[in-house]
Amino acid sequence: MLKKLSIWVVFLAILLILPLLFDSIMGISILNQMAIAIVIALSYNMLLGQGGMLSFGHAVYFGLGGFMAVHALVMIEFETVTFSVTLIPMVGGLFGLVAAIFIGSFSTRKAGTVFAMISLGMGELIAASSLIFVDFFGGEAGVIGDRTFGPPFFGVDFAQDVEVYYLAAFWVFIATLFMYLFTQTPAGRMANAVRDNPERAEFIGYSARRVRFISFCAAGLFAGIAGGLFAMNFEFLTEENLNAATSGRVLLMAYIGGLGYFVGPIIGAVVLTLMNSLLSNYTELWMLYLGIMFVLTVMFLPRGFAGFIMLHQLAWHHGRLKTLALPYLVTGVPALLCAASLIGLIEMSHTEADIFHFLGLPLNPDQLVSWALPVLLTLGAGYATRSSLPQLRDAWHAANTEGKRAK
Amino acid sequence: MTILSLQQVTKKFGATPIIRGVDLDIQAGEKHAIIGPNGAGKSTLFHLISGRYSVTSGAIKLKGKPIHNRPPYQIARQGLARSFQVTNIFPHMNVFENVRCALLWSSGYRYSFWHLLGKATRLNDRTHAVLDQIGLSSRAHYPAAELAYAQQRALELGIAIAGGADVILLDEPVAGMSHSEAQSAVQLIRKVTEGKTLVMVEHDMNIVFDVADRISVLVYGQILATDTPLNIRNNPRVQEAYLGEETAGA
Repeated sequence: MLKKLSIWVVFLAILLILPLLFDSIMGISILNQMAIAIVIALSYNMLLGQGGMLSFGHAVYFGLGGFMAVHALVMIEFETVTFSVTLIPMVGGLFGLVAAIFIGSFSTRKAGTVFAMISLGMGELIAASSLIFVDFFGGEAGVIGDRTFGPPFFGVDFAQDVEVYYLAAFWVFIATLFMYLFTQTPAGRMANAVRDNPERAEFIGYSARRVRFISFCAAGLFAGIAGGLFAMNFEFLTEENLNAATSGRVLLMAYIGGLGYFVGPIIGAVVLTLMNSLLSNYTELWMLYLGIMFVLTVMFLPRGFAGFIMLHQLAWHHGRLKTLALPYLVTGVPALLCAASLIGLIEMSHTEADIFHFLGLPLNPDQLVSWALPVLLTLGAGYATRSSLPQLRDAWHAANTEGKRAK
Repeated sequence: MTILSLQQVTKKFGATPIIRGVDLDIQAGEKHAIIGPNGAGKSTLFHLISGRYSVTSGAIKLKGKPIHNRPPYQIARQGLARSFQVTNIFPHMNVFENVRCALLWSSGYRYSFWHLLGKATRLNDRTHAVLDQIGLSSRAHYPAAELAYAQQRALELGIAIAGGADVILLDEPVAGMSHSEAQSAVQLIRKVTEGKTLVMVEHDMNIVFDVADRISVLVYGQILATDTPLNIRNNPRVQEAYLGEETAGA
């Protein structure tokens, strides 16, 4: 109990300290995006990880919540309504919930392919509607709001991004806490049961459809809250925020982070936001690398980053984690070198400049000899990685079995 | 008192009749076995009673109320629980969660998302009591998928009986077990179904004659005879249709 409480205190402390560490304009901007991503990724995991519902249209609830939140900002601006903009995420959340109640009422009838196809169809349908219902979606231009018009909240008018960050941090904390608590309730546990075996769940008294529906509505609520945070942060929404590409990115976050663990989507949200905002400064090809990372994760780390970390539980438990450090280094260094030179190769073939700096080395992409070094390095490092695998496997085996014997 | 009653129940898959007019009254508290050759329709009959399949015609009544063509979860809520021939548990949840989920509805939690299960002391105590009963206390935190076969069968039984249903359907509870495993499984079944109505499908005749108060013989979708074990054993029609070689060998 105390241990669990301390995890939440640490979480809150991290949320509060981060903007002090990364206080540049860009730092705060990335933190805000991370906050939004964490909430949407966690809400997506309520569907896929906890409830076994593979959705290709989760951005719908995020986007609809966001649009509603921007409209609420506009209404505050024109004094149609008067309330603090600190409640804007809740406006988004409630609208996301309403949308989820409506769509979930028929889409949760079945899980599996049927659910996935309906989610895809609804995603396309809503995205297409954005060009039809121009008053609500603003057509191609989108809708714009201004978060600074509401009554000040203890003197804060949210003109600064960092003020938005603290509001976002508050909502991230609340949303994360409640999404975690949901997993501890009868509805949350039955969501796991229905995910594992919907048929048996019915024979212990639960309608699988109703159980899915409840998770679906909760996921819609929290996705809407994330949409409201997005509206507060960017004050601007377009069709792009609820289309299939956004839905796909949410799926990637949750999957890469690890569906089986509550913290998995948080890790995924942080990693993908960083890639999105930092990597995109360095290369136009960052989406390609994201795609490769996703494929590699699916193939080699089916339980995501969180699952990879948890793999070390046994070794850590028996104090043998440090025996793995050297073997990891022996495999990791050539693997990184191989990845780096491969990326260099890809970038060199993509570049239009006359001189390409390959690992600091100026090369001319137009000369055939310039390609020899990167190709050789890639192959060599790849071979070294491969040759080092047996020692890593042995070390892994030793770290996990010797620990058992010690017990 | 009749607790479960089947009246002229039929079931067709397409044009093929599988259950062809079954009449059966099960008394409250009795241990009833359904036997019959492969393909006689025993499992189908269970699926009809528990709501997995809808009936083509006829009626099934539980405590006087019709339950046929109702979804399984409604039938379960009225106090009828079942196990499956092929182990049907929640594989990625641990053993404790498996049993606790089976207790939720009967404990009145329904679809609550405002109760924290960690604080549900009585529910957790009851879960531990069931785990004790089925001998899986030491495995409480194992993922269900990692249990040995006999333990999975025990969990299967535990999920069926946890909710406190008064009518329990067991579909081949000892199938695939070694002799000694089957013996302890029978002990377990006796223990956990004490005072309850038990209907079971089983192939092992020793166990059937050992456990059952009455036996129904199902052949080609019809009940050939319903009687006490002794009378069934001596019934010439049953011997001819089904038991012949097995009793001769015994």
